[in-house]
Amino acid sequence: MVQFRILLGSILLAFLIACGGPSQKSTAETGDAAAPQETQANPSDYDPDRGAGKFNEENVVLGATLDKAMADRGHEIQKVKCSACHKLTDEKLVGPGWKGVTERQKPFWIMNFITNPDEMIDKDPVLQAQLELCLVRMPNQNLTDDEARDILEFMRENDGVK
Amino acid sequence: MKTNFSKISLILFAVLAMAITSCKPKNAGTAVQGDSGNKSFVAPGQYDEFYNFVSGGFSGQMSVYGIPSGRMLKVIPVFSVDPEKGWGYSEETKPMLNTSHGFVPWDDFHHVEMSQKEGMYDGKWAFGNANNTPRLARIDLKTFRTAEIIELPNSAGNHSSPYGTENTEYVVAGTRFSVPGDNDNGDVPISSYKQNFKGHISFVSVDPNSGDMNLAFQIRTPGVNFDLARAGKAKSHGWFFFSCYNTEQANTLLEVNASKNDKDFIMAVNWKKAEEYLKAGKGVKQKVKYAHNKWNEKTHSATSTIKEEVIVLDAAELKDICYLIPCPKSPHGCDVDPTGEYIVGSGKLAALLPVFSFDKIQKAIAGKKYEGDYGGIPVIKYEEALYGEVQKPGLGPLHTEFDDKGNAYTSFFVSSEVVKWNVKDLKVLDRVPTYYSVGHLCVPGGNTRKPYGKYVIAYNKITKDRYLPTGPELTQSAQLYDISGDKMQLILDYPTIGEPHYAQAVAADLIRNNGQLKIYNISENEHPYVAKGEDQTKVVREGKKVHVYMTSIRSHFAPDNIEGIQVGDEVYFHVTNLEQDWDVPHGFAIKGANNGELLIMPGETTTLKWNADRVGMFPFYCTDFCSALHQEMQGYIRVSPAGSKVPLSYSLNKTPEELPKK
Repeated sequence: MVQFRILLGSILLAFLIACGGPSQKSTAETGDAAAPQETQANPSDYDPDRGAGKFNEENVVLGATLDKAMADRGHEIQKVKCSACHKLTDEKLVGPGWKGVTERQKPFWIMNFITNPDEMIDKDPVLQAQLELCLVRMPNQNLTDDEARDILEFMRENDGVK
Repeated sequence: MKTNFSKISLILFAVLAMAITSCKPKNAGTAVQGDSGNKSFVAPGQYDEFYNFVSGGFSGQMSVYGIPSGRMLKVIPVFSVDPEKGWGYSEETKPMLNTSHGFVPWDDFHHVEMSQKEGMYDGKWAFGNANNTPRLARIDLKTFRTAEIIELPNSAGNHSSPYGTENTEYVVAGTRFSVPGDNDNGDVPISSYKQNFKGHISFVSVDPNSGDMNLAFQIRTPGVNFDLARAGKAKSHGWFFFSCYNTEQANTLLEVNASKNDKDFIMAVNWKKAEEYLKAGKGVKQKVKYAHNKWNEKTHSATSTIKEEVIVLDAAELKDICYLIPCPKSPHGCDVDPTGEYIVGSGKLAALLPVFSFDKIQKAIAGKKYEGDYGGIPVIKYEEALYGEVQKPGLGPLHTEFDDKGNAYTSFFVSSEVVKWNVKDLKVLDRVPTYYSVGHLCVPGGNTRKPYGKYVIAYNKITKDRYLPTGPELTQSAQLYDISGDKMQLILDYPTIGEPHYAQAVAADLIRNNGQLKIYNISENEHPYVAKGEDQTKVVREGKKVHVYMTSIRSHFAPDNIEGIQVGDEVYFHVTNLEQDWDVPHGFAIKGANNGELLIMPGETTTLKWNADRVGMFPFYCTDFCSALHQEMQGYIRVSPAGSKVPLSYSLNKTPEELPKK
C-alpha cells in the first residue's frame, strides 16, 4: 500500500514537471507522419517566401547562366540521395517531380527546405498541403551547404537554364 | 478538463501527503523512504545523468541503462547472436563470432570495463569478456556496436577479465579453469592435474587511437583458479592484482575441496617488469590458434583472421614478475581504491575483509619478507602486506567499489547487504539490505581515480518476491541506492537482462559528446555490394548464386519485383539504406528465410542470405516502421523450377505492359 501511494506521488510529480516543462521541440521524422503536428511558431514569424533556415537573398546568388560543373555535381548527388523519390519530370513519385520547381519557389526557399526539411514541413503552408498528398515527410538527407547549392544548380539545368 | 485535472491533482496531493505522513519505516529491511521515487525520477523527455553499461551475463550481450531512472536504452549484441539486429545472421557480422572452434553463437558476458586515460574514463570504448569460449570484445561507444573480438589461447573460463590499466595500455584475461596449455598434450588423466594444468594470464594491448587489440603476451602460472582482477592506479600504476582460489588444486567437488585452505592468494603482477622481460626476449613463442575479428566501418563488414603464435612468460622462472599475498578463504573481488594504495580482498568464505597496502607490499618485496613459495612464486607474509582488517563486516563478501570521500562499499552475497566502511579507519559506517543475494556493485566512476560518489547500484542474483511472478524464473534485477548522504537509501528497483554481473557508469555528457555517430555517410560506404542510388541497383547471377544490389528509402525497395530465381539458388540481398537521417533504419525480411532479419542503419549496406527452396512467389518487406507508407514497403520474388527458361529480371514501378510476359 505504501508503495502504491508513492507511485501516485511519482505520477503527480510527473504531471507537475510535464506541465511546467519546455514545449516539445520540432519532431524529427518518426513512424507516423500522418499524426497531427503541433505548430509551435507564431505564424507571423515565418516567411513563406524565404522558408526557415540559414539561406536568404544575400547568401544565395544565382549566376546569369548555368554553372555546368556545379550542376553536374548536383546531378551525382541527386542520383544517390533524391532520385529514389523524385522524378525529373513533373510526374509525382513518392514526392513531386522536379520540373519547374525553380520557377515555383525562390532559390533560397529550396535550399532551406532541402537542408532543413523537418522545421519547414512543420511551418510552411505549401509543404503542409504537399504532405497531405504525399503522406511521407521528406527525409533529411544531411546535405552540406555546398551540396544543396549544387543540387539547386542541377534543378535550374533541369528547368532549362543554359 | 482543466477543472477535472485540478480536482484530481488535489486528490493526488492529499494522497501523497498521506503517503508521506503514514510512511513510517518499520525497519531497515522494508524501508523505502517517502522521496525515494523523486530521487530516481527523470521526467519524460529529459535525459538521465549517467550511462550505465551492464554485463548481460548468460545473454552474452551488454545492456545500456540510464541512471537514476533505470530506463533501458539499448541491448548491444556482443557474444551472442541477435536475430533482431541481424548480429551473427547477416553475412557481414558472421565473422565477428568466429573462433578457432568455428562459429560460436553464444557466450556468457560477465564484466564491463571502460577505457581510461590517466585513471579516468575517456568515453571511447567498453570491453567485455566471454567466459565460456575465452574472448575479449571491444565495443565502440560512438556507434554502440561491437567493433572487435579477440580469442584467447591457453585459456578456459575467462573470468578475471576484462579489467584494464589506467591508460588502457592493457586489458587482461585470467583463466578461471586451469588447463594444459594449447601447445601441450591435453590428452592427460585428470588425476595429473597438479603437474599438467596451468594458469595463464593474457595481457592484451589496446592501441590508444584505433582501439585495436593485440595479444601482447601471456604469463604462465601454477594451476589455480583466477577469479577477478584490478589494475593498480596512480602510485600503483604498473601493477596488476588478481584474486586466486583453488590453491588446493582440486579437480573435483570444488565447493568442498577448493575451500580447505585458510588462505588463498591475491597475486600481484609487476607488468612493467613483464614488459622488460618481453623486450629482452625472455618470452617463449608458442604455436597456438586463435581468432581475431575486426569490424570495418567503411565496408560495414567484419573480417576474421586466425593467428598462430603467442609469447609466454613463465612466472616461476622469471622471478620478479609475480608475488603472492595470502588472502583469507577463496578471495573473489580484488579491488583497488582511488588512491591506488589500498587493495581489498573479499574472501567469499571469510568473516573479515583484509585491506592490503601497496607501500607495504613494495617494502616486503624489497626486504624479501616471504613465508615461502608456491609453484615457484614467492609468497609474501600476510602481516607484511596487510594494512588492516574490517572486522565482522557481513557474510560472503564479494566486491568493493569506492566513493569520492574515502569510503568503500562492499557487497555481501550471503547476508544480502551492502556495507559502507571507511578505508582509512576500517570502521563500518552503514549497511543496507539488498533483495536478494547481491553480486557486483557499481558506483559511477567507482574504479577510477575520482568516483562520482552519488549512487551505488547493486546487481542481485535472486529477486523472489520483488516483482510480479513470471513462471519458474523471475527477472534479474538491479537496485539503486543514493549514497550522497551518510546513510545509504534504496531509491529504485529495476529489471535487467540475462544475469547482470559487473557494470560501470559514467557521466552521460562524456558519452553524449564523444562524437556519437548519427548516420553512416553514404559517400564513404565502401561495401563491395553497395548501390549508391537506385540507378546502381541490379541483380546479378553467378552460377547458383544471385546477388541483389538493393536500396531502401522511405518507403520502397529498389528493385521490388524480381523474377527468374530458381529453386536451389542462394540469393544474397545486399540492401543499402539510402537514408541520411538519424534514427531511420530500415528492416528487411523475406518469407521462409532460415535466418534473422536485417536492420540497416542509414547509409549502411547489409546482406541477408536466402535459399530459394521451392517454387512460388515470396514476399519481402520492411520490418522497421519507417513512415506512414511503411506498410507499403514491400516486394516479391518469383522462384521458378531449376532450369526454368524464365529470364532473370528486376524492376521498380513498371506497368504490366513493360514487364516480361513469361
